[in-house]
Amino acid sequence: MIRSITQQKPEEELDRLLEGLGRVFIVGCGTCTTLTNTGGGPQVEAMKETQTKKGKLITGSVILPVACDNISTVALAEFGQQIGLADVLLIMSCAFGVQTIARQIKKVVVPALDTLFIGKETGVGLFDEICSQCGACIIGETGGICPVTSCHKGLVNGPCGGTNDGMCEIDKQKDCAWTLIYNRLKDLNRLDAMRTLQKPRNHHGGEPRPGKLRIAAS
Amino acid sequence: MPSSFKKALESGKFVVTSEVAPPKGTNLEKMVHHIELLKDKVDAMNVTDHQSSVMRYPSLGGAILVKEMGGEPILQMTCRDRNRLALQADLLFASSRGINNVLCLTGDSVILGDHKEAKGVFDLDSSQLLSAIRRLEKGKDLGGNDLEGGVSFCAGAIVTPEANPIEPQLIKFEKKIEAGAEFIQTQAVYDLDNFKKFMEYARQFPVKILAGIILLTSAPMARFMNKNVAGVNVPQDLIDEMAAAPKGRALEKGIEIAGRMIKRVKEERMCDGVHIMAIGKEEVVPDIMAAAGLT
Repeated sequence: MIRSITQQKPEEELDRLLEGLGRVFIVGCGTCTTLTNTGGGPQVEAMKETQTKKGKLITGSVILPVACDNISTVALAEFGQQIGLADVLLIMSCAFGVQTIARQIKKVVVPALDTLFIGKETGVGLFDEICSQCGACIIGETGGICPVTSCHKGLVNGPCGGTNDGMCEIDKQKDCAWTLIYNRLKDLNRLDAMRTLQKPRNHHGGEPRPGKLRIAAS
Repeated sequence: MPSSFKKALESGKFVVTSEVAPPKGTNLEKMVHHIELLKDKVDAMNVTDHQSSVMRYPSLGGAILVKEMGGEPILQMTCRDRNRLALQADLLFASSRGINNVLCLTGDSVILGDHKEAKGVFDLDSSQLLSAIRRLEKGKDLGGNDLEGGVSFCAGAIVTPEANPIEPQLIKFEKKIEAGAEFIQTQAVYDLDNFKKFMEYARQFPVKILAGIILLTSAPMARFMNKNVAGVNVPQDLIDEMAAAPKGRALEKGIEIAGRMIKRVKEERMCDGVHIMAIGKEEVVPDIMAAAGLT
């Protein structure tokens, strides 16, 4: 299952964002940020404690089941009074949740987290970015592994010279996508796919940013 | 008109290139000194492009300086900092200033440099940049539009013969040649027997190959490269040889080793020439060439 992968913002930045906002209502999310331990029950409780120590008044808190669902507005309505008292909603969901709430409630929102990527859990507590939703999928020629996402430089014609022992030049913990692709294509006896000189990418894929798609009525 | 570097490549002589690095800032004295020292000794000199992702005076500016001083520049161009519009524009500009040799590189990650928060562009990769050059030569840009006034380049690329695993690098190497690389300057090679094996493979392609020679300046420097530079493998016996040099004489030993290697590359006709990288010690390149019996 894919998840929105987040990490907590540096304390200093959060302090700056909350400056002058004394009364805080905290929102967690029961889906992705619960899984990544960045915005579930325990983290919301810890945030309450931290912010109380910093002199904030916590008017209330809630863990929304799925913060990015429009139904979140209905769930938040139950906390109307506590939210009404607050100067700010401190939101411990990913940016999808923050924006869903911001669009529907006239209140200052502050994200407590940075949203890193849409990723897949590949081990306990380990999340990998495997698709960046570029709109021009090429994995049919790369053994099902996306170099646009998994190669640090997004190269489509093979590895750069920085790869070493199958790892990336920026981080010895990160696989070189092109070593993975090479091994996969070799196993599949499809190395010819890697020998094809790929043209420069279309960076506006199927839909230039910001994405907007209307499905035609059938 | 073909560049003098291209003529040298085609002449069958043992070609020697070296490099100069633009400064951090506008004080060009040191680079001018290095150009002065090398311009009549080497067939061409590479001008590095924000090497290791460290922001510097541009390679294009350095290449113009080499040209103005009567040297033969090889403009290094990475794909890290410019999209396809900017790369093509700089190629047009280079051509208009008589800079007709280009080395196409992907470029190191910005994360390794001194502007770690910058956006790495990589709109094109090294092989696509080579294709772009060949397309510009046919009078068309990458958008398919006609150009007024043509360009002509001697274009090259790099390969890492000691990479592990090597196979993916060789596929890329072949794509670079398919895309139009006429010459290849290799990453540093130290184990020449290994390099000979690489050349047995590489000989089948219509491309001139210059073996990369990085000057060793000390045993710790050699160990540092082994640990930190991808595809560089200094054998233990060379490290021991450097370590055994008397105190204060390590550089001399490094020059001797580089000279000895170049001599062997030439005598055994392993490839078409050498590319000497003296990283920060460009002033000793003539000494390396003398040690190799090239002057």
